[in-house]
Order: sequence, then C-alpha cells, then structure tokens
Amino acid sequence: MTEPRTIVAKIWDDHVVTQDPGAPAVLAVDLHLVHEVTSPQAFSGLRARGLKVRHPGQTVATADHSIPTTPRSLPILDAMAAAQITQLETNCAEFGIPLHGIGSPSQGIVHVIGPQLGLTQPGMTIVCGDSHTSTHGAFGALAFGIGTSEVEMVLATQTLLQRDPKTYEVRVDGRLAPGVSSKDIILALIARIGVGGGTGHVFEYRGEAIRALTMEQRMTICNMSIEGGARAGLIAPDDTTFEYVHGREHAPSGADWDAAVARWRSLPTDDGASFDKTITIDANTLEPMITYGTNPGMGIPITARVPSPDDETDASAKRALEHALAYMDLQPGQAIIGQKVDVVFVGSCTNGRISDLRLAAAALEGRHVAAGVRLMVTPGSDEVKREAEREGLADIFKAAGADWRESGCSMCIAMNGDQLTPGQYAVSTSNRNFEGRQGKGGRTFLASPLTAAASAISGVVTDPRTLPGIEDLAAVGGR
Amino acid sequence: MAEPIRMFTSKVVPLDAENVDTDQVVPARYLKVTDKAGLAEALFRDWRFNEDGTLKDPPFVLDQPGMAGRQILLVGDNFGAGSSREHAPWALTSWGVRAILSTGFADIFQNNSLKNGLLPIVVSPDVHQRLWSLIEADPDAQLTIDLAEEGVLLPDGSTIDFTIDPFAKHMLLAGTDELGYLLAKETELEAWEAAHPPRVDTLAGAR
Repeated sequence: MTEPRTIVAKIWDDHVVTQDPGAPAVLAVDLHLVHEVTSPQAFSGLRARGLKVRHPGQTVATADHSIPTTPRSLPILDAMAAAQITQLETNCAEFGIPLHGIGSPSQGIVHVIGPQLGLTQPGMTIVCGDSHTSTHGAFGALAFGIGTSEVEMVLATQTLLQRDPKTYEVRVDGRLAPGVSSKDIILALIARIGVGGGTGHVFEYRGEAIRALTMEQRMTICNMSIEGGARAGLIAPDDTTFEYVHGREHAPSGADWDAAVARWRSLPTDDGASFDKTITIDANTLEPMITYGTNPGMGIPITARVPSPDDETDASAKRALEHALAYMDLQPGQAIIGQKVDVVFVGSCTNGRISDLRLAAAALEGRHVAAGVRLMVTPGSDEVKREAEREGLADIFKAAGADWRESGCSMCIAMNGDQLTPGQYAVSTSNRNFEGRQGKGGRTFLASPLTAAASAISGVVTDPRTLPGIEDLAAVGGR
Repeated sequence: MAEPIRMFTSKVVPLDAENVDTDQVVPARYLKVTDKAGLAEALFRDWRFNEDGTLKDPPFVLDQPGMAGRQILLVGDNFGAGSSREHAPWALTSWGVRAILSTGFADIFQNNSLKNGLLPIVVSPDVHQRLWSLIEADPDAQLTIDLAEEGVLLPDGSTIDFTIDPFAKHMLLAGTDELGYLLAKETELEAWEAAHPPRVDTLAGAR
C-alpha cells in the first residue's frame, strides 16, 4: 500500500529526472512560456555558450508586458519597448520558438493564452519568467514563476533545479453570496496570512466553494497565490477542468483524450494525505474585498473601515501601516466605501478573461461611467477581445464611456505607458497595489470586476451588492 | 558565471522597511532593457529620486554620506516579495550589494539572488533585532560574512550562525553555475525523455 500523496507530490514525483544526494531535484518542465521582458538576457546567455533551445516544441512565446494597448495600426512609440519586442522576434526566429506576437490572432497575456490554446493541461509542470505563472495551477498543474537565469536553464535543458516544496491546504467551505467572487476569496486569504504567509509552500485550494467555481474563476485565485508568498497554487482537476480543456487547439483528441482524462483523474490528493499547513475559510461569511494599503495583504471587507496604526501592537507592523496610509493618503478609521476614484482598470492576467468582461459589462449596461472617471478595459488576449466584440460587450463598454483597448498587461504593470499620474486613485482588477505599481505616485485599490464596474459608475468605491439586480448580475460569466 | 565568494567585510546599509517588494527594488519601467547594464541607476529609483532626477531631500539611505561602497544591506522582514524580475538582484549587485540580512525572503527573489552571487542571509527575529541595535549604536560597524563557515562575524568578536542551501553554497564557493550542472546531466535527461514523451507540441499547426 503506497503512502497517500498530495497532488503536488504526484506531479513532483512524475517529473524528477534525477537527484544527487544533498542537491535539489532536476525537475523536467512540460511547458515553458516566454515573454519579452524576462527572456532577452537568457537568450544572450545561450548565444554566449553556443547552446540551442532543447525543445522549441515545449516552448511558446508572446509579447504582452511592454506592448502598447493602443490600436495595433499605430507604431510603438517607446523605442526601448520596440527594441525589446524586436529582440523577442529575433530570438524566437533564431531558436525556432513559436511566437504569438503582435498581429497574431493568438497574442495575449501569457497566462491567458496558455489555457486558451489548450497548452495548459492537468498534471503538467509549467514555468515562465513571470510570478503569475501560478495561474495555470487552476488546471491541476504545478506552475510557478522563475527568474531569467532559470529561463536560460529551461531553454537549454528543459529542466531546472528545485527543492521539494511544502504544501499548504487552503480549504474554502460554503457558498459565495451574490456579488462576492473568487477575487474576494483570494484577497481574503492574503489579508489573513499576509504577503509572506505562503513562503516556501504550494497552496492547494480545496472545498465546496472552490469546486463550484468555473475555470476562469479558479484562474483568478491561483493567479494571486504568489501575492500570499506561495510560488504556486493549484486546484485538483475535475469535470469542470476537462470540459474547459476539451476541443482546444492543443488539447489531446480522440483516444489520446480518453487516455489523458484517465491519467488526470488519478491526480487529486489522496484521502489521508497530509499538508504542512492548513487554513479554512468560510465562503458564507465573505464580503467583497478591497485593499486599502500598499501590498495585497492590506485588504478589508468593503464595508469595513481602514485600520488604525494605534491598534497595531507590533512596532514594525504599526510603522508599515503608517507608511502605507501616508502613501495612500487615507485616514485611519475612515470608510473605504465612498472614497473618490479617478481611474478604474479592468483587465490583467488576474481578471482580464471573457467572463470578467461579461460581469463588468453586465453591471455597466445601460449606465454611464461617472463624470471625471476614466474606465479602461483591456482584454487579456486578442481572442478575448474578438469574443467581447462578437458578444456586444465592447459596445456596452464604449456606450458607457469606457476606453476599450487592445490586449496586454497594460496598467497592471504600467510599463507600456498605460499608467496613473501621481496621486490618482484607481480601483483595479489586477494583482498588485505596491507603491508606484500602476504609475509613479499612483494609488491602487485591488478589487473584483464587479466592484470595479460599480465604482466606475458611481465615481467612488462602491459595494457591488448595491448594484440593481445583483443576483442576476452575479450569475453572468460562464466557463 | 559569478565570481567565487568566500568571505568579505563591509559596513552596513540599514534599510528599515518590511515587505520591500521588487517593484520598489526596480520599478517596472526599467525592465525594458535587453541586457543587465545600468540597473544600479534604477535601484530603489522612486525612493531615491524626484521626478526631475534629483536626489530626494533628505536623501534615501543608499545616497547618504558614507554609504557608497558598502556591500551588506540590513532590511526588515520578508524582503523581495512580488515579481520574478531578476533585474532586482542585478540592480543590487551592480550597486555593490553582496549580502542582504533579513528574517525572510520571498522564494523567487532568494533563488534569483543565489544565482547572482548575492547572499540572502536569514536570521532569527532576535538576531535581527540585535543587528539593528548594533547598527544604531555604531552606524559604521563592520561585519564579516564568512560563507564557508556560514557565519557573520560581529565587531565584538562574536559570530551569528546562518544556514544556506548546501547546494547553493557549493555553487557560490566554486563560482560555478547551475546551468553547467544541468548540462552535465545529459545521460539521465535522455533516459528520462525516452520514457516520457512530450505532453504538448507548441509547434503543431505551425509547421
């Protein structure tokens, strides 16, 4: 009788190529995603050593971080960004890597196109020079971000050196109320454990509330695992997963599909397997969440008040809170609802998929963005953009006064010119509220697409549960 | 390939902040480079410089008198959270930092640092407090980092022990890199690949 194993252990065991005593494991990588920002120095390294890419067919590239989201017919005005994108094209051509770059119908944010193309599959190891690679864990894959040195290693060997991770069970029981979303689950988790709470661990999200989520909602949760310090977070695959993968361009088909599903069904954590840490969250009591500070752990239920440094007993936590509130120009004890908003951003690898846009559009239909507020909607991929246009969502956004953009990382990382100006407040569906993350001096409130849309309409931070017909709205989305 | 590291002595740059994220270490707008040059200028950019490129007044700790050339950074809890950008350790090392002392580091930052000859040294909260007291009492105190012995030698002659991943330590002491190690596993890798066909073919349809 074999020892009960977690899904993490099963995937791990399946990919260890070899391991010397005392050394990390040589871990095989099934899929390597490449983008323009963290790869140029890795390709330079290969050239310097005279190395090739070992498996171009297990590698795929796109341009997403530094590209403009203005119409594609316009030139890239930022010379450094243009050079970086040209460098990616040169590197992919030279090393034989398929590139879904600007102009390709498959272009998009790297963590949106992997699942969309059917490349992201259960049981795989997936890496990318990007910390939000944890997104792909939604499919029951072990997926994590790596640095550029590791990008070079994976390009050259299709492996990397890894220590066996610890496991952290995140059990979410109960059911979400209308207007409360998967974004609120992950913000609530990080608010509880802090931005370093998951360091050294892989989260496994389990429980009734997780099982009830669609794939895109699961991706939102897994995406932000890194914001809780965990390099990876995953959800065991089930019928919801298989249904999403089935029929996609790179998904197995025919007899291969049946064999794959049979293999995938053996992945879930065995009964009796143990975790290094466990936390339980009650979905029934969750409210829409919003951040007030300068890291994703500084989050509160939207009806709560901004915490006071006077209530902090730990000296360093007190000072960190004082610093954050000074940067955000918020008062201790003030309500967050009603706080003025200048910009609302809907998009990113966290919440830039079609179901996110459907939710935001449903809230905005027949309404208008408040005077003085800029609503920017950036689809997560070119395909998401086309789909949103087909479904009429783009028309709803435009009629509401929103700025409908091309796909890319855009104002989530703000390195392409889409950014806040100093002092501006944004409600953002992205993943990081660090100082200056969305533009130097910009102030970010992280929240769900519904909260973002509700805030865009009223011009102040708004509880999405006050939207008319919230029960029906919250049911919009699908997949 | 990094220079071998064994032992070095330096005064300390105290950076009194917790949860310093990699967007602070190198703001995203400096990630458009295609090489590793010039990143010292981007290091802690928005904490150091005004909009017009002049230094903040009072200057950020890195720019205070006597700080240039120091190789050890003492920081608050959980340093390096956020992005996987290796530009963060590249910027730190190009400014001259060779070791960072904290109670904890974010995983990816820690991995990236070790691959660039930058030592992320984890100390207990008590020792961390002791180091802060030491630097407050004597801002010019010198510490000696001894990687081989896994110890930080204090001015009073006492030593703080630390542990570092034994494999990473071996690589740092030898000045070799992980890619060389992996390339030497070709036989094992070929055997594994023969038994494990690729799960996907990203080139399918493109050929």
